[in-house]
Amino acid sequence: MASRTAQQLLWGGRAYLILSWMWIRVSMSYRTSFVVLTLGQFFITGLDFVAIVIMFASVDALGGFSLAEIGFLYGGSGLCLGLADLTLGNIERLGNRIRMGTFDAMMVRPVPLYAQACADEFSLRRIGRITQALFVLAWSITALDLDWSVARVLMVPYLVLCGTLIFLAIFTLGAAFQFWTTDGSEAANAFTYGGNTVTQYPLTIYPTEAIKALTFIVPVAFVNWYPSLFILGRPDPLGLPAAMQFAAPVAALVLGLLAALAWRSGVRRYRSTGS
Amino acid sequence: MLYVALAVRAFRRYSTYIAATLAGIFTNCVFGVIISFTYIAVWQQNPDAGGYDVTDALTYCWLAQAMIMTVAIWGGGAPDELAARIRTGDVAIDLYRPVNFLGWWLASDLGRAAYHLLTRGLAPTAVGALLFDLRFPPSMAAWAGFLVAVVLAVVVSFAIRMLVASSAFWLLDQAGVKNLAAVFSMFFSGLVVPLVLFPGWTRDVVMVLPWSAFVQVPVDIWLGRRTGVSLLSGLAFQVGWCVVLLALCALVLRRANRKVVVQGG
Amino acid sequence: MSLIQVENLSRTFVVRRRVGRFRREAQVVRAVDDLSFTVDRGEMVGYIGPNGAGKSTTIKMLTGILVPTAGRLSVAGIDPSRDRVELTRRIGVVFGQRTTLWWDLPLRDSFELLRRIYRVDTARFRRNLAEFTELLDLGGLLDTPVRQLSLGQRMRGDLAAALLHDPEILYLDEPTIGLDVVSKGRLREFLRSINTERDVTLLLTTHDLQDIEQLCSRVMVIDHGSLVYDGTLAGLHARGSSTRTLVVDLVDAADPIDVPGADVRRVDGPRQWLSFPADASAAPVVAAVAARYDVADLSISEPDIEDVIRQIYTGPDQLRFS
Ligand SMILES: Nc1ncnc2c1ncn2[C@@H]1O[C@H](COP(=O)(O)OP(=O)(O)OP(=O)(O)O)[C@@H](O)[C@H]1O
Ligand SMILES: [Mg+2]
Repeated sequence: MASRTAQQLLWGGRAYLILSWMWIRVSMSYRTSFVVLTLGQFFITGLDFVAIVIMFASVDALGGFSLAEIGFLYGGSGLCLGLADLTLGNIERLGNRIRMGTFDAMMVRPVPLYAQACADEFSLRRIGRITQALFVLAWSITALDLDWSVARVLMVPYLVLCGTLIFLAIFTLGAAFQFWTTDGSEAANAFTYGGNTVTQYPLTIYPTEAIKALTFIVPVAFVNWYPSLFILGRPDPLGLPAAMQFAAPVAALVLGLLAALAWRSGVRRYRSTGS
Repeated sequence: MLYVALAVRAFRRYSTYIAATLAGIFTNCVFGVIISFTYIAVWQQNPDAGGYDVTDALTYCWLAQAMIMTVAIWGGGAPDELAARIRTGDVAIDLYRPVNFLGWWLASDLGRAAYHLLTRGLAPTAVGALLFDLRFPPSMAAWAGFLVAVVLAVVVSFAIRMLVASSAFWLLDQAGVKNLAAVFSMFFSGLVVPLVLFPGWTRDVVMVLPWSAFVQVPVDIWLGRRTGVSLLSGLAFQVGWCVVLLALCALVLRRANRKVVVQGG
Repeated sequence: MSLIQVENLSRTFVVRRRVGRFRREAQVVRAVDDLSFTVDRGEMVGYIGPNGAGKSTTIKMLTGILVPTAGRLSVAGIDPSRDRVELTRRIGVVFGQRTTLWWDLPLRDSFELLRRIYRVDTARFRRNLAEFTELLDLGGLLDTPVRQLSLGQRMRGDLAAALLHDPEILYLDEPTIGLDVVSKGRLREFLRSINTERDVTLLLTTHDLQDIEQLCSRVMVIDHGSLVYDGTLAGLHARGSSTRTLVVDLVDAADPIDVPGADVRRVDGPRQWLSFPADASAAPVVAAVAARYDVADLSISEPDIEDVIRQIYTGPDQLRFS
């Protein structure tokens, strides 16, 4: 039983790679278009940060955080969102597929639906956002005057991994939601891109109830905020135990389980279309 | 009248997607709340940043959310339908209709804008007013000026979106140009950061670009920061861009028409 | 054990329809209602019924796309909705209405992708592809993206795609929809050959009764979600229409013929149409006519399958049974 599940997971992963690779090949056959779109993504998402820089023309700190520190938060959140978006960004097309009935085609293939939905028209151009976030992150690291202990250095990949997992789960939840209402897909943006926007800023600018909500209800605070407190050597404004700064995997796990549950019941709910 | 009928039809069509509207309002409100807190943080540090006080800034934030769909800042609306018809070649039929081509699509887009103003405009504004302390127009003149400014904003935006859609006559697909236009529009309309915060000369530049007609001008009228001559000059600024951009549209469409005639679409 | 076993299968849909501007009303549609049948290996079964009868819904349950509301079903020993992924390797599905291929990919790439996700070994894949390319005349189409194919071309592509992994069962939901006469003929020939050569069990829905006449020894008729007929085509003839027609060409025009055991249905100059019970012998009727009239020519016509079906779809309730 356990080995069968493992085998299925393995096969799902492999099939995901096969399908994604095929879409990469397709996009590469229009090379100029690919380059233009990737650069476009790079600059579009970059304007977000330019906006923050513009705000800093009027102030020299937001919520007690300097531009470099916010750059670190911004880069971390953007990187996690970008990686999740690259992995399964087109899962948000699910509503469309359900409405058009083309989801049926996925159901007659010997590949787990989730793998197919994630790989659906895989767009490599999304590395544009990832690169942009990396740039900001790299700049902030050089601009920050931090004492890079081993623990702090290790915390960076830890942050990226857990944050990406959290966003993956949120994307999945949003997509699963579309099994219930296909027209409501835009609400998912409030959690994915909204979660990204919230965590671009230090949570100290929000009221404490909001921070609590972002910790315990929609736990996007674990994407970058708690790990960053450790890296930046900042005290927790809520005064929560230091263990919170390492608790991101718990949040990722809980969200992941919820997402898996929602996805499963969504698929069982699927009723195709009338023609 | 034909144009009214077109507008009413568009209004009706959009009003069938209730779930989508509710989802959109929810998303607008979430972003409204997030951005409000960043503005509060900015204005706490610098209480008259850009010449606004924190109430002005919060009002700006929620009105901007209300304007996203009404003014179609990210694109969409009637010109998207045009682009689709160009792709399929159906546009040839439209070009031979005995009505003004631009007028046809503008009427339809105004119908859409009316629906979005009443739903995705009003709802976030109301939510914002419930959650935060917002400012309301101080006089009847400001109310009236604001409404006129919103209509003009839609027209300016319509003209830009039409130009973008027309690119499909030559490129067949507007997607690339549309993406680029959305970025300019989002940034230079002041959706992310109010134009008043732009530093030094960049502020003067962004203020005269057509995108400042989208949010900045209507909001300044709402806030009572533009009254009398200044209110009129704001509207005149919008009218100016309307005229220039619509003329440009007409020119482009004339060329496109010739292309369709010569090449058969 | 039969390859496909369906027992008391039901599927209902709750449909919300708008009444008035904002009010909605829930309504339960019984798309499939207490359906039972079995299909054995190697059979070629035609599954027909009027629009909205529940054909597509049945097929979607047999593939695992839809979860049944009630009842049991097993396909190749597998419960489709529980072990859908496992089942996909054993079946092929073709939807006439929409493709299961990738719009933007050329057929060749689609096939290659299918090879990899179905894990078909290369030698077998090459052999199958060569054979289908030949039989379905796909040679010139392999490098065209699916979106640029015509309906008939796409259908051929879909068929090949559904068979590359050597499924035991092939479901076809309206495979001949929109095809011209020649394409339909070729498609039927192809289906017959994969049934005999490869022993693929076929279940196909259609509105073109010629598909059934030319392919299927067995027909199932469904209406309002339940079976109203399951048997041979000949049996369907007998069941549906109880009369045959004797066409008489007289030497001269005359009054309606009056013979025992037959009624005149139509008179057109010297030609007259007489109907008589299908299970009665034609001989006494013919003899009686020939004895009393100057007959130039005689012919007997069997009931047209279309008429039979029309009678079942619209006919009186005593024709229905399940
Ligand atoms: N996804 C769905 N949601 C709601 N109702 C559905 C759905 N799918 C099918 N139905 C309803 O179930 C009934 C049976 O539909 P089905 O598609 O199985 O008919 P069919 O026999 O395939 O008809 P046709 O010959 O027109 O293809 C119809 O009344 C249809 O409206
Ligand atoms: Mg059907």
